[in-house]
Amino acid sequence: MSALSDNFVTFAILAYLVAMIGHAVEYALGNVRTQVATAAPVRELVGAGGGVVPTPPAPVPSPPTVDRSAGRARLAGLIGVGATAVAAVLHLAALVTRGLAADRMPWGNMYEFVLTVTFIGVAAWLVVLWKRPSLRKLGLFLTLVMVLLVATAELVLYVPIVPLVPALNSYWFIIHVSTIVFASGIFLFGVVPAVGFLMRSGYEQGKRSFPYTLAKRLPGAAGLERLTFALHAFAFPIFTFAVIAGAIWAEAAWGRPWGWDPKETWAFISWVVYAGYLHARATPSVKRNVATWIAVLGFLTVLMNLFGVNIFFTGLHSYGGLD
Amino acid sequence: MTVVDDRPETAAPAPRRRPNRLLALLRNSWRQLTSMRTALILLFLLAIAAIPGSVLPQRGISPEKVNEYFVDHPDWAPRLDRIGAFEVFGSVWFSAIYLLLFTSLIGCITPRLRDHVRTLRSRPPAAPKRMARLPQHTVLPAPPGGAAAIAEVLRKRRWRVEVRGDEVSAEKGYLKETGNLLFHTSLIAVLIGVALGSWYGWSGNRLLVAGADKAFCNTRQQYAEAKLGPQVDSADLPRFCLRLDDFEARFLASGQPEFFNATVTVDGPDEPTRSADFSVNSPLRLKDASVYLLGHGYAPVIRYTDRFGNSQISDDPFLTTGDMGLTSEGLAAFPDANVDPATGQRAPDQQMAFTGIYLPTAPEQAPFVRSQYPTERNPALNLVAYRGNLGLDAGIPGSVYQLDQRQVRAGKVKEVGTKLLRKGETWKLDDGTTVEFLGTERYVTLSIRHDPGSTMLLVSCGVLLVGLMGSLFGKRRRVFFRVVPADPGEGSPTSGSSLMEVGGLPRTDYPGFADEFTQLVAAVSGAERAGDGADSAERAGVREGAE
Repeated sequence: MSALSDNFVTFAILAYLVAMIGHAVEYALGNVRTQVATAAPVRELVGAGGGVVPTPPAPVPSPPTVDRSAGRARLAGLIGVGATAVAAVLHLAALVTRGLAADRMPWGNMYEFVLTVTFIGVAAWLVVLWKRPSLRKLGLFLTLVMVLLVATAELVLYVPIVPLVPALNSYWFIIHVSTIVFASGIFLFGVVPAVGFLMRSGYEQGKRSFPYTLAKRLPGAAGLERLTFALHAFAFPIFTFAVIAGAIWAEAAWGRPWGWDPKETWAFISWVVYAGYLHARATPSVKRNVATWIAVLGFLTVLMNLFGVNIFFTGLHSYGGLD
Repeated sequence: MTVVDDRPETAAPAPRRRPNRLLALLRNSWRQLTSMRTALILLFLLAIAAIPGSVLPQRGISPEKVNEYFVDHPDWAPRLDRIGAFEVFGSVWFSAIYLLLFTSLIGCITPRLRDHVRTLRSRPPAAPKRMARLPQHTVLPAPPGGAAAIAEVLRKRRWRVEVRGDEVSAEKGYLKETGNLLFHTSLIAVLIGVALGSWYGWSGNRLLVAGADKAFCNTRQQYAEAKLGPQVDSADLPRFCLRLDDFEARFLASGQPEFFNATVTVDGPDEPTRSADFSVNSPLRLKDASVYLLGHGYAPVIRYTDRFGNSQISDDPFLTTGDMGLTSEGLAAFPDANVDPATGQRAPDQQMAFTGIYLPTAPEQAPFVRSQYPTERNPALNLVAYRGNLGLDAGIPGSVYQLDQRQVRAGKVKEVGTKLLRKGETWKLDDGTTVEFLGTERYVTLSIRHDPGSTMLLVSCGVLLVGLMGSLFGKRRRVFFRVVPADPGEGSPTSGSSLMEVGGLPRTDYPGFADEFTQLVAAVSGAERAGDGADSAERAGVREGAE
């Protein structure tokens, strides 16, 4: 069962790669299309005018190309979405088999934790995509993040299955860790539209230097910004609850609700930064760009807590499984 | 601190006749402090200030690591110490940031609380004259009942409704501001809860060896280390005693712990006598204290028989060294060894001490320095014998777990031999005295604590969460209806009846307001003509205004 789970992870990574390539192809073909499309209206005008006047207009080979290339781009994008869905199913299968093999929730170490967080991220993405198909082009960035994180988990963080240490053997394990994982997954997904918005808003303001040009194909900045806020507003109370649940558990396990253990300290930092984001977002005098940067900063603190604290510091939350 | 534009418009302060410079300065500073900008900056300072607390070792968490840091960085450590870098969360600058933040918070929510109470008691405002200017606007045939029927529909949908003649004003979503204020107020309550805990709480750590004669009673003297809050006196500690009857631990084949359980007898004036079990994650809850199981280990029982034939037993705990196999180090000291029973004369240079490493599962071959498994599969005690003046009488405080190395360096204590003992084995020393390894007792490491602020902390965290949800998901919005006679000149299909003009105003960021507005208008216009409400709303062409 454990080996099966490992295989599922490998195939999930491959499927994410396929999805990423699909989205990238859509991006690339999209560029071709715009080049043609910018040229096409002129010809179409000629064609439209020439419909009445019997002057032989130049045969217009480009509209079919436009259609075909647009159709291809769309197809590539849909393949990307399909591959993401397949990858998500494989990802879930990997988690379930891992949990079955270990006979517990698969959140016992950093490997399993990252695997679950990324799954929540991709599941949230698919839900949002279901409701708002126009956001499809964000998929390139999302699948990129997924490939990076899941591959890191597989290559760097992998540990064999072991049962939980007694300190983790509590129903608070399920309550605290599941909510932390869930909130982290939404924050992980939330950073995608946040970065997308930062690039896109720069692009919409006429910036044509490197990172902004990537945003050419992205949905409108305002929509990305609203999605960013919605995701963070959704995740923040869950994160707050998770931290409170952690404090209740810490009181029972370690005798104090809060002890500034490195993990607790970084959870505090993340909470404060995200609270700062929500305040900045709600204040009209703060520019949306500034607010969104705060959200990105918040995600960096979450990453720091996910990887950095386990690797660099020792504390009571040392369940990473790496030595 | 959130939605600034949600505040009712307050009139600009009237120009003062005699501006007092000091007052003006104070007022401006107060305004600066309570501004959102300052609050955001303080939030970030707080986040940044917390970082060194995770990077540098902290006295409150791991004092031994702080000492290590001093050894490793002799030039940096004292400087860092001077600015409180090893006690970040109690340092002046960290406290300054959060106290300023909370002052800013109070300064911000107090006027908002006042405004909100006023809003809750006031009625929705009158409809604006030109409703077409509102973000949502539409004109439809009015329902037959007129304003009263409209108001009825709105009330059913839990709007706060005010009817003024032909006008209906309604408002909803007060929960947003209520939640917001609740959230921020409960943050203050959390801080108070923490403060209560540190003022009136106490805690102590202690090792408890199994056995009736090793019982521990909750007094200040019985703790190796105890922290009492400034408002707690030693006499305030609840009186109870604990005796460790049994300790059970199960491990996996890899040595990873799987299960712990400690059985104790609780006794004492403040507690009924009883037997109780507790474990990691489920502490023993007493009336005014909780007992937490932090660790466990072995206390080797060592009998020393001196040259006069007197036997003494040491069963002090050996401290675990942190490895999987519970390799433990400790000291068995016999300062009263070799006292002449005839004269009662002490021989200060004839005291005995044994430092040792205890291996619950010793390897098959030397070196016998590391245990291979945490349970006693092949117990062995590696002892080093010392004879001389242990320095215990000098009154210099020393660890009970380590031999005073100063005495060794001074040549007052001499090593006299080394031997590996199995359970029940006896070692005869050079002077004919014997040392015997009788077996082991289990011990547990306990943390005993009382935090009177924890209930307040828990309740305020619950309120905080509820408030947060209200604040994030509540949406304040207003709708206005005005019933006007239809203009017969227009020749509309409904001429002769009356029309209603509807306007909607989301008072907070609310992308879904247009949908809700459409639905609401449909419900109102279809109130007494069931069915075609939605159609008529569509026909009227609800238009989304530019915001």
